[in-house]
Amino acid sequence: MTITELRKKFITGEYTPLQAWEDAMATIAKKDSDINAYLDVYQDTKEEAVAATDLYAKEGENTPPLLGVPLAVKNNILIKGRRATGASKILENYIASYDATIIKKLREAGAILIGSTNMDEFAMGGSTENSAFGPTKNPYDTSRVPGGSSGGSAAAVAMDSVVAAIGTDTGGSIRQPASYCGLVGFKPTYGAVSRFGLMAMGSSLDQAGPLTNSVADAELLFNIIKGQDANDMTTLAPDSYPTFETKEAYTFGVPRAFLGQGIDADVMDKFTAHIEVLREAGHKVVDIELPLFEAGLAAYYIVMPAEVSSNLARFDGIRYGVQKEGEDLLMTYLNSRAAGFGAEAKRRILLGTYVLSAGYYDAYYGKAEAVRAKMREELAEVFKAVDFVITPTAPTPAFKIGEKEDPLSLYRQDIFTVPVNLTGVPAMSLPMGKVEREGLELPVGVQYIAPHGAEDKLFNIGKRVYDARA
Amino acid sequence: MTKEEILHLGNLSRIKLSEKEAEKFLLEIDAILDYVSDVKKIASSADVLPSPQVVHNIFREDVVQNEPGSYSKELIEAFPKKEGSYLKVQKILNPDS
Repeated sequence: MTITELRKKFITGEYTPLQAWEDAMATIAKKDSDINAYLDVYQDTKEEAVAATDLYAKEGENTPPLLGVPLAVKNNILIKGRRATGASKILENYIASYDATIIKKLREAGAILIGSTNMDEFAMGGSTENSAFGPTKNPYDTSRVPGGSSGGSAAAVAMDSVVAAIGTDTGGSIRQPASYCGLVGFKPTYGAVSRFGLMAMGSSLDQAGPLTNSVADAELLFNIIKGQDANDMTTLAPDSYPTFETKEAYTFGVPRAFLGQGIDADVMDKFTAHIEVLREAGHKVVDIELPLFEAGLAAYYIVMPAEVSSNLARFDGIRYGVQKEGEDLLMTYLNSRAAGFGAEAKRRILLGTYVLSAGYYDAYYGKAEAVRAKMREELAEVFKAVDFVITPTAPTPAFKIGEKEDPLSLYRQDIFTVPVNLTGVPAMSLPMGKVEREGLELPVGVQYIAPHGAEDKLFNIGKRVYDARA
Repeated sequence: MTKEEILHLGNLSRIKLSEKEAEKFLLEIDAILDYVSDVKKIASSADVLPSPQVVHNIFREDVVQNEPGSYSKELIEAFPKKEGSYLKVQKILNPDS
């Protein structure tokens, strides 16, 4: 089911927001003890569903575009009066004192936020195993991860409790779980969507975006949450980038050398088949060179932990969050942060502190930012010749819970997604079929990358390739 | 890198690490640093941080956006330790030193 379909039914009265709300709650009650997609479920939102039902009866299609649509929100996004944990023990009982800008916008559009979703602690991870509240499981195979860090949001949609959910993407955290859970996952241009009220992880990389069942739904949600915000000075003015014309036939660039290693054979088969589909539809697919993209992962694992170590310095147990008092203030900091952060958060804070320390700053952070600037140039050059760059979203289908114990092997799952955040361009993951593992069908995704501000072109091609499928 | 360096990073980051944690992080962070050192091969010594091409003011006007006191209740409720509406913290000046 899509938002568009749901809305149609709400307008005709064939199905009401109250029924949708009750069905969502029933699905959560039935499935979530297995899946663990939700951290909190907001049972007290029933009144909103009743009010939305009444409003449709009175005003029909003249109602706000998301009226009565139940949505789930990743728990690093602040909703006033609700627990905002970031899936971290250090914020276990923290209650948000204000609404994030995107939450305000979703409410104004009439959405009913029915629950917060599980994630890797402070969005650090690619499997949702790093949650202080236990891992989320993949609805397609509960022995596997849903991806991450927006794994709870992806699982909430894949288990049919909501038709769409909001996630955040710092290095692939919307697109990779969308790939593992058979959804559309969209990461906007950096600065398109306000980060006010999001828990910062990598401030130069983070963007919020939707996980949906269709490209049209991703477009609808993006158009609601986007926009310049006085509270986030990195948000873009509407005229920041040139506009792009949509076309009848597009040119796709395949970074062939980049795809050379480490891709699962079944994923590669699906990718090759997807390219054929594009060709048959009249699009052109050419091989391109993006030599620096291979270095993207190395640059990312310098820039991101550096920003993490700065951003997470605010969690000290003094003004809010968990406090473990020590003999003096220093010991209180040391104890609170030792008890409050999980292993991955600690690992990245230590790494970030190291790469930013005197004597190493130029060798690591300076070099990584220089690589990042070169990647931007390289990509801009490629976009002179092609409309989109296309890759598999992740090198493999969903892996087993507990399978990747070595941090580096988990980091390598992000190889195709992190260059997008480093360069700030928009990208979308679309389902490209399923591969079989141990008798179960697991979805895999294809990633379309577009130039800065070319969201419309992405939605145009996405709707034609994915939404229009028979 | 040595275990002492990891413990020192822990202190700088205000995270108390156990010996066992420090040993584990030592191996992992060494491996990650080895991997990310690739950036040094790509960015030559001549490459410096890019400076912004166009600079314009992106700061909003410095004006009060909400009614005074409108968030006080929520913020005070979140204090781990308080006295009345004051945040209670440990003393930071040590008279003995």
